[in-house]
Amino acid sequence: MAEFEPKIVAFVCNWCTYAGADLTGTSRIKYASNVRILRFPCTGRIDYMLLLKAFDEGADGIIVSGCHPNDCHYTSGNFHARRRWIMFRSLCDFTGIDTRRIKFSWVSAAEGAKWADIVNTTVASIRELGPYTEYKIVANNPVKEVSHG
Amino acid sequence: MNIDKRLVRKDSLEKLFDILKQNSKTIYAPFSKNSKVSFREADSFSGITTDYIQTTQSSKEVAFPRNEKILNYSKDKEGMKVKGIDLNDIPEVVLWGVRPCDTMGIGELSAIFNWDYKDEIYNNRLSRVTVFGFSCSKSDDYCFCTSVGGNPGNTQGSDILFTQLGENGDYLAEILTDKGSSIVSISSALFEKTENIEKEKFLAEVPARFEREEIRGKLEKFFDSQLWVEQSLKCIGCGACAYVCPTCACFDIQDEAHGKSGSRVRCWDSCGFSTFTLHTSGHNPREVQSQRWRQRIMHKFLIMPDRLSVYGCTGCGRCSRACPVDMNILEHLISIQEVSL
Amino acid sequence: MDDLRKRAKELLETSAVKVVIGYEQGTANKTRALFVEKAEDADCLIFDSRCVQNLATYVTKREVKDKGKMAITATLPVMRSIIQLASEFQVNDNNLLVLGITPESKLVEFKNLSEVETFVHQYQIEIDAKNKEMLDKIAKMTQAERWKFWIDELSPCFKCYACRAACPMCYCHRCTVDFNQPQWIPVPSHELGNLEWHIMRAIHLTGRCIDCDACYNACPLAIPINLLTKRMLEDVKINFGSYQPSIKADHLMSTYKPDDKENFIQ
Repeated sequence: MAEFEPKIVAFVCNWCTYAGADLTGTSRIKYASNVRILRFPCTGRIDYMLLLKAFDEGADGIIVSGCHPNDCHYTSGNFHARRRWIMFRSLCDFTGIDTRRIKFSWVSAAEGAKWADIVNTTVASIRELGPYTEYKIVANNPVKEVSHG
Repeated sequence: MNIDKRLVRKDSLEKLFDILKQNSKTIYAPFSKNSKVSFREADSFSGITTDYIQTTQSSKEVAFPRNEKILNYSKDKEGMKVKGIDLNDIPEVVLWGVRPCDTMGIGELSAIFNWDYKDEIYNNRLSRVTVFGFSCSKSDDYCFCTSVGGNPGNTQGSDILFTQLGENGDYLAEILTDKGSSIVSISSALFEKTENIEKEKFLAEVPARFEREEIRGKLEKFFDSQLWVEQSLKCIGCGACAYVCPTCACFDIQDEAHGKSGSRVRCWDSCGFSTFTLHTSGHNPREVQSQRWRQRIMHKFLIMPDRLSVYGCTGCGRCSRACPVDMNILEHLISIQEVSL
Repeated sequence: MDDLRKRAKELLETSAVKVVIGYEQGTANKTRALFVEKAEDADCLIFDSRCVQNLATYVTKREVKDKGKMAITATLPVMRSIIQLASEFQVNDNNLLVLGITPESKLVEFKNLSEVETFVHQYQIEIDAKNKEMLDKIAKMTQAERWKFWIDELSPCFKCYACRAACPMCYCHRCTVDFNQPQWIPVPSHELGNLEWHIMRAIHLTGRCIDCDACYNACPLAIPINLLTKRMLEDVKINFGSYQPSIKADHLMSTYKPDDKENFIQ
């Protein structure tokens, strides 16, 4: 069997983390290629349902990242996001979703090295956890060919 | 008509269960969970409950599952590929412990699924179901089967109808169909020959409460009645009544796609939902709850008898039991009957 | 509850309100909602310990609201719901009068919603011991056990949406689950569809749910979905201080504090 390559989806804000990831590249820092970056205007725009959709579509891990507190391009988008993450993460935990697979971080436009580190450590930890089979079983073939009762 | 009547000892039921299992039958039987009794696949005889007036949900899921794949599709360079479901995968099922109001409901549901288009999947499922009806020895205030053409010992829809002869007693088994006979043939020792036993005195008493023909006649002139508004004011528009109903057959078609492949799924829907009739334009022909409630009653007591020659209600009373706001269908039907036009 | 009937009668006779929402004797020893529009019908109003349905769900129902000014028989959970609804601009002093029933079953009439708020704030929202025990039990499970627990518990759900319909806070004309562009939640009531629906429901109620158990009481399959909202309520308390619905306060999930604490963002 081929070695497991984690699929990671990163939800990042346009102004800080996306620019930070760009800097990682222009600084020629190498990092794991397992991550698919989705750019959002702001972390405040990242609906928690999107994270569940990522798991539905087969993600093994998720990164959510935006501007450091007080650095939001729209002043408070990341503060709003932080509240939602606190509650959403707790609800995920309560329903048995593996919260080790959702990494939250603040990465500024100047932190190219930090972005590489976040991605690398996330990929390493997901590699260790293995594919998110529990969720995939539920998501992949949800209607049984013949269901009853 | 001469019905083949046999005696089945109380202790023989478990043996019967085991024989069915040995013959690769999938058995669905009532189990209790969270104080609600529902049908589910039975791995062993122990745990099957007999202490219920009626199960929370009907047994219709055996032929009409709440979510059902009807086809799979995939897209590649050569185009779209569509594959129907393999009907051979449908198991042989014994439905154990169904009340006569549910067995009667099978006929009504079948009338809908064979009205103009013959629903192949439904019919295939149903053709592999053997129905073990169990007569009622108890009833409650919600029951009204006798008002809608049924009774607590009604044989309609059962392949074998079991009637317990007194509390903790043995069972009278009425073998009603070929499917029933084939069960007897694989377990004949358990079905003892018997003298004529009268089951009537062991049945629950369910008094008749209304005349459905009279209600049907009234409904023809009742479309604009204020009564619908009054009755439905407390209705909160959920789908509980439709989902527990043995004859509600409305469904929604959904495509569940993952990338370039997916499946088409039929899932239950309910006329109680505000979005049920919502058009893409934004127009909704049933804008308010009274119109939806009217539809529910009209469909069961006027439209179905007109078009399908069967009524859409078996008097099981489930909708009233399940309703979170005590919309009691029996009470509402009686008040329709009492209205003078 | 003679004083309730008397007061309802007066309100209708003087046209102070157009409809009084209360409870009546239902079928099979249940109680149910009654909408009194004529003074002479007020005698059907009852109140006793069986009256637990959260009537606040009706004050946003179009057919009821359209009748004109409403008076509502309101137990403590109903009053809390009304205050939350007021903070979300769904009710106000012009369209709703509250006939409060205290936890001691005494009738108390409020001149306006801010008096209701003052009354409500005397009582903390406390999760009962049995449910608390259940929450603790679930919290102590491993992640995999919790996953199995919820997949199993939610699997009977056939998405009748009685929980949504019974909830006073679920008044949206079009719920997220009813949207299909995009289709946020799978429509079928399979494991994934049920899980996502109940997560979505709990999140949308976070900081708004006043723990009345209407969702659980309405569920025809007795699925303990109220545990999800209870857990959210506990977390709101832990993370953002005690929770009380307040007319003027910002909604907890649409505001923030610069010093909100968390321990998981890297």
